[in-house]
Amino acid sequence: MSTAAAHDAHDHGPASGLSRWIFTTNHKDIGTLYLLFSLLMFFVGGAMAMVIRAELFQPGLQFVNPMFFNTMTTMHALIMIFGAVMPAFVGLANWLIPIMLGAPDMALPRMNNWSFWILPFAFTMLLSTLFMDGGGPAGGWTLYPPLVLQTGDAFPFVIFSIHMMGLSSIMGAINVVVTILNMRAPGMTLMKMPLFVWTWLITAYLLIAVMPVLAGAVTMLLTDKFFGTSFFSAAGGGDPVMFQHIFWFFGHPEVYILILPAFGIVSQIIPTFARKPLFGYSSMVYATASIAFLSFLVWAHHMFTVGMPLAGELFFMYATMLIAVPTGVKVFNWVSTMWKGSMTFETPMLFALGFVFMFTIGGFSGLMLAIAPVDFQYHDTYFVVAHFHYVLVTGAIYAIMAGAYYWLPKWTGNMYNETLGKWHFWLSTIFVNVLFFPQHFLGLAGMPRRIPDYSIQFTEFNVISSLGGFAFGLTQLLFAYIVISTIRGGKKATDQVWEGAEGLEWTLPSPPPYHSFTTAPVIK
Amino acid sequence: MNDAIRKTSLRLLLVTLAMFGFGFVMVPIYDVFCDWTGLNGRTADGPIANAQAYEIDSSRLVTVEFIASVNQNLPWEFQPEVVKMQVHPGQVYRTQFYARNLGKQAIVGHAVPSVAPGIAAQHFHKTECFCFTEQRFESGEGRWMPVQFVVDPQLPDKYEVVTLSYTFFDSGKTTTQQPRLEIL
Repeated sequence: MSTAAAHDAHDHGPASGLSRWIFTTNHKDIGTLYLLFSLLMFFVGGAMAMVIRAELFQPGLQFVNPMFFNTMTTMHALIMIFGAVMPAFVGLANWLIPIMLGAPDMALPRMNNWSFWILPFAFTMLLSTLFMDGGGPAGGWTLYPPLVLQTGDAFPFVIFSIHMMGLSSIMGAINVVVTILNMRAPGMTLMKMPLFVWTWLITAYLLIAVMPVLAGAVTMLLTDKFFGTSFFSAAGGGDPVMFQHIFWFFGHPEVYILILPAFGIVSQIIPTFARKPLFGYSSMVYATASIAFLSFLVWAHHMFTVGMPLAGELFFMYATMLIAVPTGVKVFNWVSTMWKGSMTFETPMLFALGFVFMFTIGGFSGLMLAIAPVDFQYHDTYFVVAHFHYVLVTGAIYAIMAGAYYWLPKWTGNMYNETLGKWHFWLSTIFVNVLFFPQHFLGLAGMPRRIPDYSIQFTEFNVISSLGGFAFGLTQLLFAYIVISTIRGGKKATDQVWEGAEGLEWTLPSPPPYHSFTTAPVIK
Repeated sequence: MNDAIRKTSLRLLLVTLAMFGFGFVMVPIYDVFCDWTGLNGRTADGPIANAQAYEIDSSRLVTVEFIASVNQNLPWEFQPEVVKMQVHPGQVYRTQFYARNLGKQAIVGHAVPSVAPGIAAQHFHKTECFCFTEQRFESGEGRWMPVQFVVDPQLPDKYEVVTLSYTFFDSGKTTTQQPRLEIL
């Protein structure tokens, strides 16, 4: 990102040219690679979303055929989840965990390089399926058999790319856990760690626990298709519903993998701009751990309509609602942190506040979906689409953007353009609501998801939603512009950057030297 | 790499491998769980022995519906003799399904039964069924296949209709191999 000049004669600076990025084992370089890769994938997945919204602008079939439409919904999800949100979090972890803990680097630097460089290959393979006979995967990102087994030549490529993404995440997660458990500076006890580090520790455990299960599930799909096994084929005594159980045993913890680091980011930002320490630090830690634990017990709430006995519906309904308790604790703590604080509203704080407000909206629609009897109405409608886009776009993505604005001056040594940042926030926030809020109404009225056409009574809300979508998509180009121009130059940032910022990363110069904390700081 | 880092890494690697295995262990767990609870509409794979032991409850009538379908675009005709029957719990009934191979090749198929609602499956027993074995059909051959069943009188009162559906699958042995009997 920047050419951090070696400030110390013992430091080896970065290698020059392209080989720096290919062979690097430096956590800052790898963090940068992850973040830029994530930004690229954000636009690739975003372009697919634009195709979806263009097709849904009017009833009837306009631009793409139904098969390609379904390929777009499937690929949009896979790319945004595994290509945009998860690598962004791993990139933030790489950049921040060592400098927050006073460690010189990640514990396993060579593996760190591997876990990043697998990703471009995985996604090249996934994207190449768009040009294969029979088209890309179109059965939805959940890969339910028997539909997914009808995928054409693309099928094994999709499966192997998921294997590679899983491998990358598992390696990243192991690295995070090993770093946090072994590389903390003297005096940095677990309960003194910044909350971002805590949420990532818990997320990493979730990743280690569930990504292998996904790998197993897709392997079973592969052998069902090519090697004559019948894990999910009723003809041989298997059961397609079992795939849903195995998939969601992975899938539900996965959605917390996509949000827990966001909780961590917001818990770093709000105290800085409220100029007060985080309210209820230890309750935040326990709430995060409780959410992670409960995530293993609620998977079947994605499958209320498969035909479960009443006891099952009730168990999964109550267990799901229980998650609202620790999540409520977190929202309460964020609000209490701001209570009577000396607040200022720079761009990171705006995005963090947008997160708290709109993630909570998504949380509430989640509670509505958790109610088994009404879920029969909402299941597979646009209400679900609206729900998970509120928690993922205005939740995860907003937190990532807040984090990007918050730490960008630290990473690059340059301040971003505050005026443009505020424009980016307000345009995004207006249009993201124009985009997703009407989808609640569409879903309640019964519009199904993953269908390229719809009844004409849904037209008005779809027009509004599509217009919001195009505007939101265009607004994100502003984000790319702000990031790139900040990398290239701008007003110099101070070491502390933000008046209220506390933590080890703010004691380093901006940008930090290529090798930092080679001698561990002592934490009082 | 120091020892502490090596130790933690190896432990986590072990957890990763264990969880990969756990994904596969979920398959038998699922089967055992479904057998144990009778969930999922699965019925027993073989005939039950004590079907005659039930006391016939002639005061109660349960409707049993029959559905037959063919999977994987098999060139088959497959249908039940009657679409529904009124039965007394505890009494053994017999009906039949007709299947005919419309294709040019012999096909070995397997009918997979499923009972809906799922909870009723554990109270629905077959004493004789063509679904227990694979069925071979020569090109153009058609035949009636019997199924004999009994509804357990312990079926909860709220279930008034039970649906038995069969789906015929190609067993993947659709080759030109000759039946062994002819060779012998």
